[in-house]
Amino acid sequence: MNLALLLEMAAEAAPDRVGLVCDGKRWTYGALLDAARGAFELIEQSNAEYVALLDESSEAAVIAVFGAALAGVPYCPLNYRLPDADLAALLGRISPALVIGDEERISRIASDQGHTVMARQEFTLKAQEAVPEPDSREYDPGEGVAIQLFTSGTTAAPKAAILRHSNLLGYILGTVEFAGAEESDSALVVVPPYHIAGISALLSSVYSLRRIVMLPVFSPEAWLDLIAAEAISNAFVVPTMLARIVDALDRGQSSDVSTLRAIAYGGGKMPLTVIRRALELFPDAGFTNAYGLTETSSTVALLGPDDHREAFASGNPDVQARLTSLGKPIPTIELEIRSESGEVLGPNEAGEIYVRGEQVSGEYREKSALDAEGWFPTRDAGYLDANGYLFLSGRADDVIVRGGENMSPGEIEDVLLMHPSIADACACAVPSVEWGESVGAALVIREGCDLPSEDDLRSLVRSRLRSSRVPEKIIFVDALPYNEMGKLLRRKVKVAFSA
Amino acid sequence: MKHGSRLKSAACDTEVMVIRCADGQIECGGAPMGVDRPAEAAALTADFSAGTLMGKRYVDADGAYELLCVKPGKGSLAVDGVALVVKDAKPLPASD
Repeated sequence: MNLALLLEMAAEAAPDRVGLVCDGKRWTYGALLDAARGAFELIEQSNAEYVALLDESSEAAVIAVFGAALAGVPYCPLNYRLPDADLAALLGRISPALVIGDEERISRIASDQGHTVMARQEFTLKAQEAVPEPDSREYDPGEGVAIQLFTSGTTAAPKAAILRHSNLLGYILGTVEFAGAEESDSALVVVPPYHIAGISALLSSVYSLRRIVMLPVFSPEAWLDLIAAEAISNAFVVPTMLARIVDALDRGQSSDVSTLRAIAYGGGKMPLTVIRRALELFPDAGFTNAYGLTETSSTVALLGPDDHREAFASGNPDVQARLTSLGKPIPTIELEIRSESGEVLGPNEAGEIYVRGEQVSGEYREKSALDAEGWFPTRDAGYLDANGYLFLSGRADDVIVRGGENMSPGEIEDVLLMHPSIADACACAVPSVEWGESVGAALVIREGCDLPSEDDLRSLVRSRLRSSRVPEKIIFVDALPYNEMGKLLRRKVKVAFSA
Repeated sequence: MKHGSRLKSAACDTEVMVIRCADGQIECGGAPMGVDRPAEAAALTADFSAGTLMGKRYVDADGAYELLCVKPGKGSLAVDGVALVVKDAKPLPASD
Protein backbone atom coordinates (compact mmCIF):
# COMPACT_ATOMS: atom_id res chain seq x y z
CA MET A 1 0.00 0.00 0.00
CA ASN A 2 1.27 3.43 -0.88
CA LEU A 3 1.53 6.24 1.67
CA ALA A 4 -0.16 8.56 -0.85
CA LEU A 5 -3.39 6.66 -0.10
CA LEU A 6 -3.83 9.05 2.85
CA LEU A 7 -4.04 12.10 0.59
CA GLU A 8 -6.03 10.22 -2.07
CA MET A 9 -8.68 9.36 0.52
CA ALA A 10 -8.79 12.94 1.83
CA ALA A 11 -9.20 14.26 -1.71
CA GLU A 12 -11.84 11.62 -2.48
CA ALA A 13 -13.91 12.47 0.60
CA ALA A 14 -13.44 16.26 0.68
CA PRO A 15 -11.80 17.60 -2.51
CA ASP A 16 -12.81 21.21 -1.87
CA ARG A 17 -12.02 21.39 1.83
CA VAL A 18 -8.98 23.50 2.76
CA GLY A 19 -6.24 21.14 3.94
CA LEU A 20 -3.29 23.48 4.25
CA VAL A 21 -2.62 27.14 5.00
CA CYS A 22 0.89 28.50 4.52
CA ASP A 23 2.02 32.09 4.07
CA GLY A 24 -1.63 33.07 3.71
CA LYS A 25 -2.18 30.71 0.76
CA ARG A 26 -4.90 28.07 1.10
CA TRP A 27 -4.71 24.63 -0.52
CA THR A 28 -7.64 22.22 -0.84
CA TYR A 29 -7.10 18.45 -0.56
CA GLY A 30 -7.95 18.22 -4.25
CA ALA A 31 -5.30 20.81 -5.16
CA LEU A 32 -2.71 19.10 -2.96
CA LEU A 33 -3.35 15.71 -4.60
CA ASP A 34 -3.13 17.27 -8.07
CA ALA A 35 0.18 18.89 -7.16
CA ALA A 36 1.51 15.62 -5.69
CA ARG A 37 0.64 13.88 -8.98
CA GLY A 38 2.39 16.70 -10.84
CA ALA A 39 5.41 16.24 -8.56
CA PHE A 40 5.41 12.55 -9.56
CA GLU A 41 5.95 13.70 -13.16
CA LEU A 42 8.82 16.00 -12.16
CA ILE A 43 10.47 13.23 -10.13
CA GLU A 44 10.13 10.72 -12.99
CA GLN A 45 11.65 13.21 -15.45
CA SER A 46 14.59 13.96 -13.15
CA ASN A 47 15.64 10.27 -12.78
CA ALA A 48 16.36 11.10 -9.16
CA GLU A 49 16.90 8.30 -6.65
CA TYR A 50 15.80 10.52 -3.76
CA VAL A 51 13.61 13.57 -3.29
CA ALA A 52 15.30 15.90 -0.83
CA LEU A 53 13.90 19.00 0.85
CA LEU A 54 16.28 21.71 2.03
CA ASP A 55 13.78 24.26 3.21
CA GLU A 56 11.56 25.42 6.03
CA SER A 57 7.98 24.12 6.29
CA SER A 58 5.78 25.00 3.36
CA GLU A 59 3.27 23.39 0.98
CA ALA A 60 6.32 21.95 -0.83
CA ALA A 61 6.85 19.52 2.07
CA VAL A 62 3.34 18.06 1.63
CA ILE A 63 3.55 17.95 -2.16
CA ALA A 64 7.03 16.39 -2.05
CA VAL A 65 6.30 13.68 0.52
CA PHE A 66 3.24 12.40 -1.38
CA GLY A 67 4.76 12.99 -4.84
CA ALA A 68 7.84 10.98 -3.85
CA ALA A 69 5.60 8.22 -2.47
CA LEU A 70 3.67 8.00 -5.76
CA ALA A 71 6.99 7.75 -7.63
CA GLY A 72 8.40 5.14 -5.27
CA VAL A 73 11.41 7.31 -4.47
CA PRO A 74 12.40 7.93 -0.83
CA TYR A 75 11.64 11.42 0.48
CA CYS A 76 14.55 12.80 2.48
CA PRO A 77 14.05 16.17 4.21
CA LEU A 78 17.38 17.62 5.34
CA ASN A 79 18.31 19.77 8.32
CA TYR A 80 19.06 23.20 6.85
CA ARG A 81 20.73 24.23 10.12
CA LEU A 82 23.66 21.87 9.54
CA PRO A 83 27.05 23.40 8.67
CA ASP A 84 27.98 23.31 4.96
CA ALA A 85 30.46 20.43 5.24
CA ASP A 86 28.01 18.16 7.11
CA LEU A 87 25.18 18.99 4.73
CA ALA A 88 27.35 18.36 1.67
CA ALA A 89 28.27 14.94 3.08
CA LEU A 90 24.59 14.02 3.53
CA LEU A 91 23.72 15.28 0.04
CA GLY A 92 26.53 13.08 -1.28
CA ARG A 93 24.90 10.03 0.31
CA ILE A 94 21.60 10.57 -1.57
CA SER A 95 22.94 11.48 -5.01
CA PRO A 96 21.38 11.86 -7.52
CA ALA A 97 18.44 13.61 -5.86
CA LEU A 98 15.79 16.08 -6.85
CA VAL A 99 16.54 18.73 -4.24
CA ILE A 100 13.82 21.26 -3.44
CA GLY A 101 14.78 24.47 -1.65
CA ASP A 102 17.92 26.52 -1.17
CA GLU A 103 19.31 26.56 -4.73
CA GLU A 104 22.13 28.97 -3.97
CA ARG A 105 23.47 26.87 -1.12
CA ILE A 106 23.33 23.58 -3.02
CA SER A 107 25.16 25.04 -6.01
CA ARG A 108 27.80 26.36 -3.62
CA ILE A 109 28.39 23.17 -1.61
CA ALA A 110 27.25 20.26 -3.82
CA SER A 111 27.34 21.40 -7.44
CA ASP A 112 29.42 18.37 -8.47
CA GLN A 113 27.06 15.72 -7.05
CA GLY A 114 24.66 15.41 -9.98
CA HIS A 115 21.51 16.71 -8.27
CA THR A 116 18.55 18.35 -9.94
CA VAL A 117 17.76 21.48 -7.94
CA MET A 118 14.50 23.44 -7.81
CA ALA A 119 13.64 26.43 -5.67
CA ARG A 120 10.43 26.05 -3.66
CA GLN A 121 8.28 28.27 -5.91
CA GLU A 122 9.59 26.65 -9.07
CA PHE A 123 8.80 23.19 -7.70
CA THR A 124 5.25 23.96 -6.56
CA LEU A 125 4.47 25.88 -9.74
CA LYS A 126 5.81 23.19 -12.06
CA ALA A 127 4.06 20.47 -10.04
CA GLN A 128 0.74 22.27 -10.51
CA GLU A 129 1.37 22.56 -14.25
CA ALA A 130 2.43 18.94 -14.74
CA VAL A 131 -0.74 17.25 -13.36
CA PRO A 132 -1.36 14.10 -15.45
CA GLU A 133 -4.80 13.06 -16.75
CA PRO A 134 -6.73 11.01 -14.14
CA ASP A 135 -5.94 7.26 -14.27
CA SER A 136 -3.24 7.79 -16.89
CA ARG A 137 -0.35 6.77 -14.66
CA GLU A 138 0.80 3.63 -12.90
CA TYR A 139 1.89 4.66 -9.42
CA ASP A 140 4.33 2.79 -7.19
CA PRO A 141 2.73 -0.08 -5.22
CA GLY A 142 4.34 1.20 -2.01
CA GLU A 143 6.29 -1.89 -1.02
CA GLY A 144 9.56 -0.04 -0.40
CA VAL A 145 10.93 2.94 1.49
CA ALA A 146 8.78 6.07 1.75
CA ILE A 147 10.99 8.29 3.89
CA GLN A 148 14.66 8.44 4.83
CA LEU A 149 15.70 10.60 7.76
CA PHE A 150 19.23 11.22 8.91
CA THR A 151 19.55 10.98 12.68
CA SER A 152 21.06 14.01 14.37
CA GLY A 153 24.38 12.24 14.77
CA THR A 154 25.32 13.50 18.23
CA THR A 155 27.29 10.31 18.91
CA ALA A 156 28.72 9.42 15.50
CA ALA A 157 28.15 10.07 11.80
CA PRO A 158 24.41 10.55 11.10
CA LYS A 159 22.62 7.26 10.45
CA ALA A 160 20.11 6.99 7.61
CA ALA A 161 16.90 5.74 9.26
CA ILE A 162 14.39 4.38 6.77
CA LEU A 163 10.63 4.24 7.14
CA ARG A 164 8.67 2.02 4.79
CA HIS A 165 5.21 2.81 3.44
CA SER A 166 3.98 -0.05 5.66
CA ASN A 167 5.50 1.46 8.83
CA LEU A 168 3.96 4.89 8.28
CA LEU A 169 0.59 3.55 7.15
CA GLY A 170 0.59 1.16 10.10
CA TYR A 171 1.05 4.13 12.41
CA ILE A 172 -1.58 6.37 10.82
CA LEU A 173 -4.25 3.73 10.17
CA GLY A 174 -3.72 2.31 13.65
CA THR A 175 -3.93 5.59 15.57
CA VAL A 176 -5.90 8.14 13.54
CA GLU A 177 -9.59 7.99 12.65
CA PHE A 178 -10.23 8.89 9.03
CA ALA A 179 -12.04 12.26 8.77
CA GLY A 180 -12.15 12.35 12.56
CA ALA A 181 -11.67 16.13 12.72
CA GLU A 182 -14.43 18.74 12.71
CA GLU A 183 -14.49 21.00 9.66
CA SER A 184 -13.43 23.93 11.86
CA ASP A 185 -10.42 22.07 13.32
CA SER A 186 -6.91 23.14 12.48
CA ALA A 187 -3.44 22.06 13.60
CA LEU A 188 -0.59 24.51 14.01
CA VAL A 189 2.64 22.88 12.79
CA VAL A 190 5.90 24.47 13.98
CA VAL A 191 8.19 21.45 14.06
CA PRO A 192 10.68 21.56 11.16
CA PRO A 193 9.98 19.30 8.16
CA TYR A 194 13.10 17.15 8.67
CA HIS A 195 11.92 15.94 12.09
CA ILE A 196 9.71 12.84 12.43
CA ALA A 197 7.17 14.85 14.46
CA GLY A 198 6.95 17.38 11.60
CA ILE A 199 6.25 14.56 9.14
CA SER A 200 3.76 12.65 11.29
CA ALA A 201 1.89 15.92 11.95
CA LEU A 202 1.34 16.29 8.19
CA LEU A 203 0.29 12.68 7.69
CA SER A 204 -2.10 12.45 10.64
CA SER A 205 -3.65 15.85 9.88
CA VAL A 206 -4.31 14.91 6.26
CA TYR A 207 -5.90 11.59 7.22
CA SER A 208 -8.11 13.11 9.92
CA LEU A 209 -9.02 16.00 7.55
CA ARG A 210 -7.66 18.49 10.04
CA ARG A 211 -6.49 21.67 8.34
CA ILE A 212 -2.72 22.21 8.62
CA VAL A 213 -1.54 25.74 9.42
CA MET A 214 2.21 26.16 9.11
CA LEU A 215 4.41 28.48 11.12
CA PRO A 216 7.83 28.02 9.50
CA VAL A 217 9.80 30.08 12.01
CA PHE A 218 8.78 29.80 15.65
CA SER A 219 8.48 32.68 18.06
CA PRO A 220 6.07 32.67 21.01
CA GLU A 221 4.47 35.91 19.77
CA ALA A 222 3.89 34.61 16.23
CA TRP A 223 2.58 31.32 17.63
CA LEU A 224 0.07 33.05 19.92
CA ASP A 225 -1.01 35.43 17.15
CA LEU A 226 -1.61 32.59 14.71
CA ILE A 227 -3.65 30.62 17.28
CA ALA A 228 -6.09 33.55 17.38
CA ALA A 229 -5.98 34.48 13.69
CA GLU A 230 -6.62 30.93 12.41
CA ALA A 231 -8.76 29.75 15.35
CA ILE A 232 -6.34 26.86 15.91
CA SER A 233 -7.71 23.80 17.74
CA ASN A 234 -4.60 21.56 17.92
CA ALA A 235 -0.91 22.28 18.35
CA PHE A 236 2.27 20.29 18.81
CA VAL A 237 5.31 21.87 20.46
CA VAL A 238 8.70 20.78 21.74
CA PRO A 239 9.47 21.57 25.41
CA THR A 240 11.62 24.63 24.69
CA MET A 241 8.79 26.14 22.65
CA LEU A 242 6.25 25.59 25.43
CA ALA A 243 8.68 27.11 27.92
CA ARG A 244 8.95 30.24 25.77
CA ILE A 245 5.16 30.43 25.23
CA VAL A 246 4.55 30.17 28.98
CA ASP A 247 7.20 32.80 29.57
CA ALA A 248 5.66 35.19 27.01
CA LEU A 249 2.21 34.82 28.60
CA ASP A 250 3.67 35.45 32.04
CA ARG A 251 5.31 38.60 30.72
CA GLY A 252 1.90 39.90 29.70
CA GLN A 253 1.64 38.83 26.06
CA SER A 254 -2.04 38.14 25.44
CA SER A 255 -3.96 36.39 22.74
CA ASP A 256 -7.33 34.72 22.25
CA VAL A 257 -6.50 31.04 22.72
CA SER A 258 -10.06 29.94 23.46
CA THR A 259 -10.23 27.72 20.36
CA LEU A 260 -7.17 25.71 21.41
CA ARG A 261 -8.47 22.32 22.61
CA ALA A 262 -5.39 20.14 22.38
CA ILE A 263 -1.69 20.77 22.99
CA ALA A 264 0.64 17.85 22.35
CA TYR A 265 4.32 17.89 23.16
CA GLY A 266 7.38 15.68 22.86
CA GLY A 267 10.87 15.51 21.48
CA GLY A 268 12.66 16.08 24.77
CA LYS A 269 12.26 16.24 28.52
CA MET A 270 9.55 18.63 29.67
CA PRO A 271 10.46 20.51 32.88
CA LEU A 272 7.81 19.95 35.54
CA THR A 273 7.53 23.67 36.28
CA VAL A 274 6.75 24.42 32.62
CA ILE A 275 4.01 21.82 32.21
CA ARG A 276 2.40 22.77 35.54
CA ARG A 277 2.33 26.45 34.55
CA ALA A 278 1.00 25.57 31.09
CA LEU A 279 -1.83 23.58 32.66
CA GLU A 280 -2.75 26.73 34.61
CA LEU A 281 -2.44 29.09 31.63
CA PHE A 282 -4.46 26.85 29.29
CA PRO A 283 -7.15 25.53 31.65
CA ASP A 284 -9.44 24.37 28.83
CA ALA A 285 -6.82 22.61 26.71
CA GLY A 286 -6.13 18.89 26.82
CA PHE A 287 -2.41 18.14 27.05
CA THR A 288 -0.79 15.06 25.53
CA ASN A 289 2.80 14.01 26.05
CA ALA A 290 3.97 11.90 23.13
CA TYR A 291 7.01 9.65 23.24
CA GLY A 292 8.44 8.30 20.03
CA LEU A 293 11.51 8.04 17.88
CA THR A 294 12.35 8.50 14.23
CA GLU A 295 12.79 4.72 13.97
CA THR A 296 9.26 4.12 15.30
CA SER A 297 7.39 6.44 12.86
CA SER A 298 6.63 8.78 15.78
CA THR A 299 4.47 8.10 18.88
CA VAL A 300 4.72 4.76 20.72
CA ALA A 301 3.49 5.92 24.16
CA LEU A 302 1.44 8.82 25.36
CA LEU A 303 0.15 10.54 28.47
CA GLY A 304 -3.31 11.85 27.64
CA PRO A 305 -5.36 14.88 28.75
CA ASP A 306 -7.22 13.16 31.61
CA ASP A 307 -3.98 11.85 33.12
CA HIS A 308 -2.50 15.35 32.96
CA ARG A 309 -5.40 16.96 34.82
CA GLU A 310 -5.62 14.14 37.36
CA ALA A 311 -1.90 14.31 38.12
CA PHE A 312 -2.01 18.11 38.31
CA ALA A 313 -4.86 18.08 40.83
CA SER A 314 -3.74 15.07 42.87
CA GLY A 315 -2.25 15.15 46.37
CA ASN A 316 -0.88 11.63 45.93
CA PRO A 317 2.85 11.78 45.03
CA ASP A 318 2.62 8.66 42.82
CA VAL A 319 -0.20 10.20 40.77
CA GLN A 320 1.51 13.62 40.72
CA ALA A 321 4.65 11.99 39.36
CA ARG A 322 2.79 10.97 36.21
CA LEU A 323 3.26 14.51 34.91
CA THR A 324 6.89 13.51 34.38
CA SER A 325 5.98 10.18 32.77
CA LEU A 326 5.45 9.30 29.12
CA GLY A 327 2.10 7.69 29.86
CA LYS A 328 1.26 4.26 28.50
CA PRO A 329 2.15 2.42 25.29
CA ILE A 330 -0.45 2.96 22.56
CA PRO A 331 -2.64 -0.12 21.86
CA THR A 332 -0.88 -1.04 18.60
CA ILE A 333 2.56 -1.20 20.27
CA GLU A 334 4.20 -3.81 22.47
CA LEU A 335 6.71 -2.42 24.96
CA GLU A 336 9.18 -4.13 27.31
CA ILE A 337 11.94 -3.07 29.66
CA ARG A 338 14.97 -5.31 29.42
CA SER A 339 18.14 -5.65 31.43
CA GLU A 340 21.58 -5.55 29.84
CA SER A 341 21.60 -9.35 29.70
CA GLY A 342 18.27 -9.27 27.82
CA GLU A 343 15.82 -10.47 30.48
CA VAL A 344 12.43 -8.75 30.69
CA LEU A 345 12.20 -6.65 33.85
CA GLY A 346 9.24 -6.08 36.16
CA PRO A 347 7.60 -2.91 37.49
CA ASN A 348 9.92 -0.17 38.78
CA GLU A 349 13.02 -1.94 37.44
CA ALA A 350 15.03 0.29 35.13
CA GLY A 351 16.50 -1.00 31.90
CA GLU A 352 16.39 -0.39 28.18
CA ILE A 353 13.07 0.29 26.44
CA TYR A 354 12.24 -2.20 23.64
CA VAL A 355 9.27 -1.76 21.28
CA ARG A 356 7.61 -3.85 18.59
CA GLY A 357 4.78 -3.11 16.15
CA GLU A 358 3.92 -2.43 12.53
CA GLN A 359 5.03 1.20 12.78
CA VAL A 360 8.44 0.23 14.17
CA SER A 361 11.02 0.22 11.40
CA GLY A 362 14.23 0.01 13.42
CA GLU A 363 15.96 -0.08 10.07
CA TYR A 364 18.90 1.92 8.80
CA ARG A 365 20.20 2.11 5.26
CA GLU A 366 23.21 0.12 6.44
CA LYS A 367 21.49 -2.50 8.62
CA SER A 368 18.42 -3.32 10.70
CA ALA A 369 18.59 -2.92 14.47
CA LEU A 370 15.63 -5.26 15.07
CA ASP A 371 16.28 -8.51 16.90
CA ALA A 372 15.13 -11.90 15.57
CA GLU A 373 11.65 -11.44 17.10
CA GLY A 374 11.19 -7.96 15.63
CA TRP A 375 11.92 -5.96 18.79
CA PHE A 376 13.67 -2.61 18.47
CA PRO A 377 16.13 -1.57 21.19
CA THR A 378 15.45 2.18 21.53
CA ARG A 379 18.70 2.91 23.45
CA ASP A 380 16.43 4.85 25.80
CA ALA A 381 16.60 3.85 29.44
CA GLY A 382 13.46 3.78 31.55
CA TYR A 383 11.00 1.81 33.64
CA LEU A 384 7.29 1.05 33.96
CA ASP A 385 5.66 1.76 37.31
CA ALA A 386 3.19 -0.59 39.00
CA ASN A 387 0.31 1.01 37.06
CA GLY A 388 2.01 0.67 33.69
CA TYR A 389 3.16 4.28 33.28
CA LEU A 390 6.43 4.63 31.42
CA PHE A 391 9.19 6.78 32.87
CA LEU A 392 12.25 7.78 30.90
CA SER A 393 15.57 8.08 32.64
CA GLY A 394 17.66 9.13 29.65
CA ARG A 395 19.57 7.57 26.80
CA ALA A 396 21.01 4.16 27.62
CA ASP A 397 24.37 5.61 26.57
CA ASP A 398 23.97 8.37 29.17
CA VAL A 399 23.69 6.00 32.10
CA ILE A 400 26.38 6.65 34.68
CA VAL A 401 28.14 3.47 35.79
CA ARG A 402 29.76 4.03 39.15
CA GLY A 403 31.61 1.00 40.49
CA GLY A 404 29.25 -1.35 38.63
CA GLU A 405 26.11 0.47 39.78
CA ASN A 406 23.94 1.95 36.98
CA MET A 407 22.49 5.38 37.66
CA SER A 408 20.29 7.45 35.41
CA PRO A 409 21.06 11.17 35.12
CA GLY A 410 17.32 12.02 35.15
CA GLU A 411 16.65 11.09 38.76
CA ILE A 412 19.64 13.10 39.98
CA GLU A 413 18.62 16.11 37.88
CA ASP A 414 15.03 15.96 39.16
CA VAL A 415 16.30 16.24 42.73
CA LEU A 416 18.76 19.05 41.96
CA LEU A 417 15.97 21.00 40.24
CA MET A 418 14.01 21.00 43.50
CA HIS A 419 16.54 23.50 44.86
CA PRO A 420 14.98 27.00 44.54
CA SER A 421 18.17 28.52 43.11
CA ILE A 422 18.66 25.92 40.36
CA ALA A 423 17.12 26.77 36.99
CA ASP A 424 18.55 23.90 34.95
CA ALA A 425 20.62 20.81 35.66
CA CYS A 426 22.55 18.14 33.81
CA ALA A 427 24.07 15.09 35.48
CA CYS A 428 26.62 13.06 33.57
CA ALA A 429 29.45 10.63 34.03
CA VAL A 430 32.86 12.05 34.89
CA PRO A 431 35.98 9.89 35.02
CA SER A 432 36.89 8.64 38.48
CA VAL A 433 40.06 6.79 39.43
CA GLU A 434 38.32 5.00 42.28
CA TRP A 435 34.94 4.16 40.66
CA GLY A 436 35.59 4.24 36.91
CA GLU A 437 32.84 6.83 36.60
CA SER A 438 31.17 9.07 39.10
CA VAL A 439 28.48 11.74 39.00
CA GLY A 440 29.16 15.22 37.71
CA ALA A 441 26.52 17.94 37.80
CA ALA A 442 26.45 21.06 35.60
CA LEU A 443 24.04 23.60 37.04
CA VAL A 444 22.48 26.86 35.91
CA ILE A 445 21.59 29.34 38.65
CA ARG A 446 18.19 31.02 38.49
CA GLU A 447 18.37 34.73 37.68
CA GLY A 448 18.65 36.88 40.79
CA CYS A 449 19.52 33.94 43.04
CA ASP A 450 22.69 33.51 45.06
CA LEU A 451 25.14 30.74 44.33
CA PRO A 452 24.10 27.81 46.57
CA SER A 453 26.85 26.02 48.46
CA GLU A 454 28.03 22.71 47.05
CA ASP A 455 27.43 21.13 50.44
CA ASP A 456 23.77 22.17 50.38
CA LEU A 457 23.33 20.65 46.96
CA ARG A 458 25.02 17.41 47.97
CA SER A 459 22.92 17.04 51.10
CA LEU A 460 19.79 17.66 49.02
CA VAL A 461 20.69 14.70 46.79
CA ARG A 462 21.74 12.59 49.79
CA SER A 463 18.37 13.26 51.49
CA ARG A 464 16.46 11.87 48.50
CA LEU A 465 18.68 9.29 46.81
CA ARG A 466 21.33 6.73 47.61
CA SER A 467 24.70 8.24 48.52
CA SER A 468 26.25 6.90 45.29
CA ARG A 469 24.13 9.49 43.42
CA VAL A 470 25.68 12.45 45.21
CA PRO A 471 27.62 14.53 42.67
CA GLU A 472 31.35 14.35 43.14
CA LYS A 473 32.02 17.23 40.80
CA ILE A 474 29.78 20.31 40.51
CA ILE A 475 30.23 23.09 37.99
CA PHE A 476 28.14 26.19 37.42
CA VAL A 477 27.47 27.29 33.84
CA ASP A 478 25.56 30.16 32.21
CA ALA A 479 23.38 27.81 30.15
CA LEU A 480 23.18 24.16 29.13
CA PRO A 481 23.60 23.23 25.46
CA TYR A 482 20.41 22.14 23.67
CA ASN A 483 19.81 21.37 20.01
CA GLU A 484 17.04 23.21 18.16
CA MET A 485 14.53 20.50 19.13
CA GLY A 486 15.18 21.04 22.81
CA LYS A 487 17.32 17.94 23.27
CA LEU A 488 20.02 18.34 25.90
CA LEU A 489 23.45 17.66 24.40
CA ARG A 490 25.02 15.74 27.27
CA ARG A 491 28.19 15.04 25.38
CA LYS A 492 28.93 18.74 25.20
CA VAL A 493 28.38 19.01 28.94
CA LYS A 494 30.86 16.19 29.51
CA VAL A 495 33.42 18.15 27.57
CA ALA A 496 32.87 21.11 29.92
CA PHE A 497 33.91 18.88 32.84
CA SER A 498 37.18 17.89 31.26
CA ALA A 499 37.96 21.54 30.40
CA MET B 1 -5.81 -11.76 -2.84
CA LYS B 2 -2.92 -10.33 -1.01
CA HIS B 3 -2.12 -7.72 1.55
CA GLY B 4 -2.01 -4.30 -0.09
CA SER B 5 -4.34 -5.17 -3.00
CA ARG B 6 -7.04 -2.73 -4.00
CA LEU B 7 -10.33 -4.51 -4.65
CA LYS B 8 -13.43 -3.19 -6.40
CA SER B 9 -17.01 -4.21 -5.87
CA ALA B 10 -18.83 -5.82 -8.79
CA ALA B 11 -22.16 -4.58 -7.44
CA CYS B 12 -21.53 -0.97 -6.33
CA ASP B 13 -18.91 1.82 -6.08
CA THR B 14 -17.14 0.32 -3.05
CA GLU B 15 -13.37 -0.02 -3.17
CA VAL B 16 -11.23 -1.45 -0.37
CA MET B 17 -7.56 -1.90 0.45
CA VAL B 18 -6.71 -5.32 1.85
CA ILE B 19 -4.88 -4.84 5.14
CA ARG B 20 -5.09 -8.48 6.25
CA CYS B 21 -6.54 -11.56 4.58
CA ALA B 22 -6.61 -15.35 4.37
CA ASP B 23 -7.74 -17.68 1.55
CA GLY B 24 -11.49 -16.98 1.64
CA GLN B 25 -13.48 -15.07 -0.98
CA ILE B 26 -13.94 -11.37 -0.31
CA GLU B 27 -17.35 -10.10 -1.39
CA CYS B 28 -19.29 -6.87 -1.58
CA GLY B 29 -23.02 -6.57 -2.16
CA GLY B 30 -23.14 -10.35 -2.37
CA ALA B 31 -20.69 -10.64 -5.31
CA PRO B 32 -16.95 -11.44 -5.32
CA MET B 33 -14.64 -8.40 -5.36
CA GLY B 34 -11.82 -8.16 -7.86
CA VAL B 35 -8.90 -6.02 -8.91
CA ASP B 36 -10.95 -4.89 -11.91
CA ARG B 37 -14.64 -4.12 -12.02
CA PRO B 38 -16.51 -6.46 -14.44
CA ALA B 39 -17.96 -4.90 -17.61
CA GLU B 40 -21.43 -5.87 -16.46
CA ALA B 41 -22.34 -4.94 -12.89
CA ALA B 42 -23.57 -7.71 -10.58
CA ALA B 43 -26.93 -7.28 -8.88
CA LEU B 44 -26.87 -6.02 -5.31
CA THR B 45 -28.09 -8.75 -2.92
CA ALA B 46 -30.61 -7.40 -0.42
CA ASP B 47 -28.83 -9.08 2.51
CA PHE B 48 -25.61 -7.26 1.66
CA SER B 49 -26.84 -3.76 0.91
CA ALA B 50 -26.24 -1.88 4.14
CA GLY B 51 -23.50 0.17 2.48
CA THR B 52 -19.83 0.86 3.22
CA LEU B 53 -18.40 3.95 4.87
CA MET B 54 -15.29 5.80 3.74
CA GLY B 55 -12.25 5.27 5.96
CA LYS B 56 -13.84 2.57 8.11
CA ARG B 57 -12.01 -0.69 8.67
CA TYR B 58 -14.02 -3.91 8.33
CA VAL B 59 -13.04 -7.11 10.11
CA ASP B 60 -14.24 -10.67 10.63
CA ALA B 61 -14.80 -12.25 14.04
CA ASP B 62 -11.46 -14.12 14.01
CA GLY B 63 -9.35 -11.13 13.03
CA ALA B 64 -8.12 -12.95 9.89
CA TYR B 65 -9.47 -10.27 7.55
CA GLU B 66 -9.24 -6.50 7.63
CA LEU B 67 -10.37 -4.25 4.79
CA LEU B 68 -10.08 -0.46 4.63
CA CYS B 69 -12.87 1.24 2.70
CA VAL B 70 -11.27 3.78 0.36
CA LYS B 71 -14.39 4.45 -1.70
CA PRO B 72 -17.88 4.01 -0.26
CA GLY B 73 -20.78 2.26 -1.97
CA LYS B 74 -24.21 0.70 -1.45
CA GLY B 75 -23.09 -2.88 -0.92
CA SER B 76 -21.78 -4.34 2.32
CA LEU B 77 -18.69 -6.46 2.82
CA ALA B 78 -18.44 -10.17 3.56
CA VAL B 79 -16.07 -13.12 3.36
CA ASP B 80 -17.57 -16.41 2.07
CA GLY B 81 -21.06 -15.09 2.79
CA VAL B 82 -20.35 -13.99 6.37
CA ALA B 83 -20.77 -10.25 6.89
CA LEU B 84 -17.81 -8.21 8.13
CA VAL B 85 -18.27 -5.64 10.88
CA VAL B 86 -16.79 -2.18 11.45
CA LYS B 87 -13.66 -2.38 13.57
CA ASP B 88 -14.19 -0.60 16.82
CA ALA B 89 -11.20 1.64 17.38
CA LYS B 90 -10.94 3.76 20.47
CA PRO B 91 -9.63 7.07 19.16
CA LEU B 92 -6.36 8.23 20.70
CA PRO B 93 -5.76 11.88 21.57
CA ALA B 94 -3.92 13.61 18.72
CA SER B 95 -0.24 13.30 19.53
CA ASP B 96 1.39 15.00 16.56
